[in-house]
Amino acid sequence: MDAIILQILNGLDKGSAYALIALGLTLIFGTLGVVNFAHGALFMIGAFCAVTLNRILTLSHQVVDESRKDFLGNPLKVDVPYVNDWFGEAAGATIIDWAVPLAILFSIPVMIAIGVIMERGLIKHFYRRPHADQILVTFGLAIVLQEIIKYFYGANPIPTPAPDVFRGSFDFGVLLGFDPNVIIYPYWRLVYFAFAALIIGGVFAFLQFTTFGMVVRAGMADRETVGLLGINIDRRFTIMFGLAAAVAGLAGVMYAPINSPNYHMGMDFLVLSFVVVVVGGMGSLPGAVLAGFVLGVLESFASMNEIKSILPGIDQIIIYLVAIIILLTRPRGLMGRKGVMED
Amino acid sequence: MSKSTLTRRGVLRTGAVAGAGVALPTIFTSSSASAFTNEPTGGSVTLGFNVPQTGPYADEGADELRAFELAVEHLNGGGDGGMMNTFSSKTLDGTGILGKKVEYVTGDTQTKSDAARASAKSMIEKDGAVMISGGSSSGVAVAVQGLCQEAGVIFMAGLTHSNDTTGKDKKANGFRHFFNAYMSAAALAPVLEKMYGKDRKAYHLTADYTWGWTQQESIQAATEAMGWETVNNVLTPLAQTDFSSYIAPVLNSGADVLVLNHYGGNMVNSLTNAVQFGLRDKQVNGKNFEIVVPLYSRLMARGAGENVKGIFGSTNWHWSLQDEGSKAFVQSFGTKYGFPPSQAAHTCYVQTLLYADAVQRAGSFNPCEVGAALEGFEFDGLGNGPTLYRADDHQCFKDVLVVRGKENPESEFDLLEVVEVTPRAQVEYAPDHPMFAGGNLGSCNPGA
Repeated sequence: MDAIILQILNGLDKGSAYALIALGLTLIFGTLGVVNFAHGALFMIGAFCAVTLNRILTLSHQVVDESRKDFLGNPLKVDVPYVNDWFGEAAGATIIDWAVPLAILFSIPVMIAIGVIMERGLIKHFYRRPHADQILVTFGLAIVLQEIIKYFYGANPIPTPAPDVFRGSFDFGVLLGFDPNVIIYPYWRLVYFAFAALIIGGVFAFLQFTTFGMVVRAGMADRETVGLLGINIDRRFTIMFGLAAAVAGLAGVMYAPINSPNYHMGMDFLVLSFVVVVVGGMGSLPGAVLAGFVLGVLESFASMNEIKSILPGIDQIIIYLVAIIILLTRPRGLMGRKGVMED
Repeated sequence: MSKSTLTRRGVLRTGAVAGAGVALPTIFTSSSASAFTNEPTGGSVTLGFNVPQTGPYADEGADELRAFELAVEHLNGGGDGGMMNTFSSKTLDGTGILGKKVEYVTGDTQTKSDAARASAKSMIEKDGAVMISGGSSSGVAVAVQGLCQEAGVIFMAGLTHSNDTTGKDKKANGFRHFFNAYMSAAALAPVLEKMYGKDRKAYHLTADYTWGWTQQESIQAATEAMGWETVNNVLTPLAQTDFSSYIAPVLNSGADVLVLNHYGGNMVNSLTNAVQFGLRDKQVNGKNFEIVVPLYSRLMARGAGENVKGIFGSTNWHWSLQDEGSKAFVQSFGTKYGFPPSQAAHTCYVQTLLYADAVQRAGSFNPCEVGAALEGFEFDGLGNGPTLYRADDHQCFKDVLVVRGKENPESEFDLLEVVEVTPRAQVEYAPDHPMFAGGNLGSCNPGA
């Protein structure tokens, strides 16, 4: 029982990342009709927003410490961050320690700007082209973006820790009546799950309860009619692209302490997120979120030794297996609408 | 009145016969002159450095490339000479190799076997490389080694740690200076026994490819020999990024040690996840829970940040060593590039010097003569103490370093501390050891 609870928890945080990326993908597909293979790269750029802010906050000047030597035997040059000079050592250290949460604020305008530039500069030229063209151009863009990141940040993962207060684990077992240390779960992963729930709720509320959201939903249902009513739906869809980029970016920022960011992390999530979108139903926002969590939890269960002893290798194919079964039984996915990508 | 018999056909026929006659000796001459693949004929010799310039190990590849450039500079008489000054063999004098200026070409392995073979093939066939070196993966090393054997050039392996490279996949044209998984385990096990005792239960997470399998097999055998019990060994996909679902079962497995047979990004992520799950704060079976990383790389350890603190592993070489060879190399590399070299850089630099020295001693670039000069060669002064290039399998035997993640690093490079220099005798094994069985060196191929 304890192992099952632990794997459900594991699946929830993994599912959170899938759901956030798939939500952005679906927003873009639902509004602009574009299959955006560069969406994983936006997730990766979000994580590198956290890395970048960390580097900005740790910008330093060097002080020579004559009492210590560097690897060549010369007096050691010690890096002293400017924030330490400006705010004192303790406050400076705290600011640096909170780089990842602060990066949320930093990443939102950056990601919206990147999203809008991507849409206006490149993707809008492919609206009337076949989906295959869109996939090719956005996949190419993803490769360009990850190579740019690699050029500036290198190929190795870059540690980007969570604030000290969130390090360590929460003993869920004690809460549920189990022995201590049986079901423990990292604090930051719980934060990630809560953050994902907040963002998903926020996006749904925005679309459901604002006039802007209502127009966007109307445009998703019947773009032509909304345009005939004199509403500039293209401009709103561009903003939605920016919003979807920000959602992917925020997912990346908060993921940075879970696994050290590297230039390839977007690609690692991209394929799985597309499977999530297809399983959820193309164009369905609730479907994307539901499928994200379902597949995340199933993937975790498939990694259990008890399952793998019966079905070796199941952990590597479970998501695709489930996708096949769902598409065979429900060709439009869990919550797909009629007519989407069917003409 | 005479009539000329000169006809157009006659002229063509005569010309063709005469041409063939003139060309015939040349064909025989060129054949006999090129006794082996890419025999250098001019004033220079070309070496091929095949490293990952793109892909996940690109930073390690960049460091290898820096080391190769430094080695070439030293061989051609530039810089301070580095380890050429401390090398026990004194045949290298800064005038290139056999008086020929050393030039080099580079290829990108992408850490993919097919891409690595293609780039090595191109360097051999188009650029005339007489030796190939480099690489940061055992899969790539095995693939390129096979290609070099077929092509008739020497392969001086870079960073490759699988037992198979000089075990079941060994080749007469291939030589490895880097240590291997068996040696890591043989060096690490006694230190683990000393630190954590004989009564331990180990849970292994293992990367599902050639290196992971041999690393796991080696460390399991070495730890079980000292009394540890192996609770479980779980293979993890190479492409895995989040290991939380593999870490979670460890919590209630009864194990009190987690062995991460992972390298590179896998190691960074699995170690980070294990620490996040509080494994290092746990008490199991009345003992502190411990994590072991059998193969450390400083470049990769950086990615795991503070999570490496206090964690044991092994490494082929470390810049903090205080022997004359290591000091000379660190000085030379550090002055040129501004930071200390990695173990990957060290092994690539050393391999280049060893090749050049073997050519000098053999008096020829012929791979068979170079191979014969390397086989059984004993040397010192290259950073690992007295070393033997064993003739039976072309594996170097030398001291192995057991290291631990440093608790209070003084710089971004100061991540590992050397806990023990395990003597060579402790990591030696018979050429027919079961973990290395199944292969055959075969005979040297000079190509051409």
